[in-house]
Amino acid sequence: MRVRNDPFVLAGREYGSRLIVGTGKYKDFEETRRAIEASGAEIVTVALRRVNITDRSQENLLDYVDPKQYTILPNTAGCYTAEEAVRTARLAREAGVGTLVKLEVIGDPKTLFPDVPATLEAARVLVKEGFSVLPYITDDPIACKRLEEIGCPAVMPLAAPIGSGLGIRNPYNLQIILEQSQVPVIVDAGVGTASDAAVALELGCDAVLMNTAIAGAKDPILMAEAMRQAVEAGRKAFLAGRIPKKLYATASSPTEQMIE
Amino acid sequence: MVAIVNGRERPLAAGVTIADLLAELALGGRRVAVELNRDIVPKSEYASRPIRDGDRIEVVQFVGGG
Repeated sequence: MRVRNDPFVLAGREYGSRLIVGTGKYKDFEETRRAIEASGAEIVTVALRRVNITDRSQENLLDYVDPKQYTILPNTAGCYTAEEAVRTARLAREAGVGTLVKLEVIGDPKTLFPDVPATLEAARVLVKEGFSVLPYITDDPIACKRLEEIGCPAVMPLAAPIGSGLGIRNPYNLQIILEQSQVPVIVDAGVGTASDAAVALELGCDAVLMNTAIAGAKDPILMAEAMRQAVEAGRKAFLAGRIPKKLYATASSPTEQMIE
Repeated sequence: MVAIVNGRERPLAAGVTIADLLAELALGGRRVAVELNRDIVPKSEYASRPIRDGDRIEVVQFVGGG
């Protein structure tokens, strides 16, 4: 059962799913399509690259992921400067899937951590140009605050390095970001398995974005379904309100009327 | 004349436009974006923008990514 009246609102649009999925690393486009379907995601990230003009037999991703059915979220993955990221975002918009962009300005190839100053710089330019900028950012409350001030309609702190599968490494930073943010907080990167996604939602994060955790699983379709359920379970647990943690036991069965 | 298309030299007939190039690449009507010498070419100008000798053209599309 879906929780009623609990839409995920992002950049003025309502979504039923709080899972955003990537389209990279799949065996083929058919597997991509099936995994997205199993995940229940309504927002799907894509990258922008040169058309291979020597091999024109290649199929097109958007033949399998219909932009009429899904919100397409182009990324600026692989960009190491604000200028490159801005250029990529502009091209993505021109390719005709709207003004949403997942802004990534990478600072280092080994960790793929964001270059925070360059991300802020690119966000400023793109927000001014009318983009809805969803920034991939360190789990740094100050950086998130600055991005919100710039006008980003959500912030997307990482939980662990991209593709690492290490899970939610710093729930306390996420908690601070959640407390201070007036915009949705989307955990982007680091999820390894279903429980990680559940933890993100249980903390109160509005959504979670993942790619490798699904695409890299032995059975991506089954993992996509697991992620859908984990995100739903995590959200419900958050709304339900968990019990406080205590050091000692409290009996669940009556302690009176015991047999003597 | 020769233009650089996606980093590779490509001989083109004189007077060719962006629309002609896309048709030649079987990309007409596809969801692509085009840069001519680092400037984005709006779709409405594909048919009227001539390619000149030495122009650098980027043709990009969406691919799988996270």
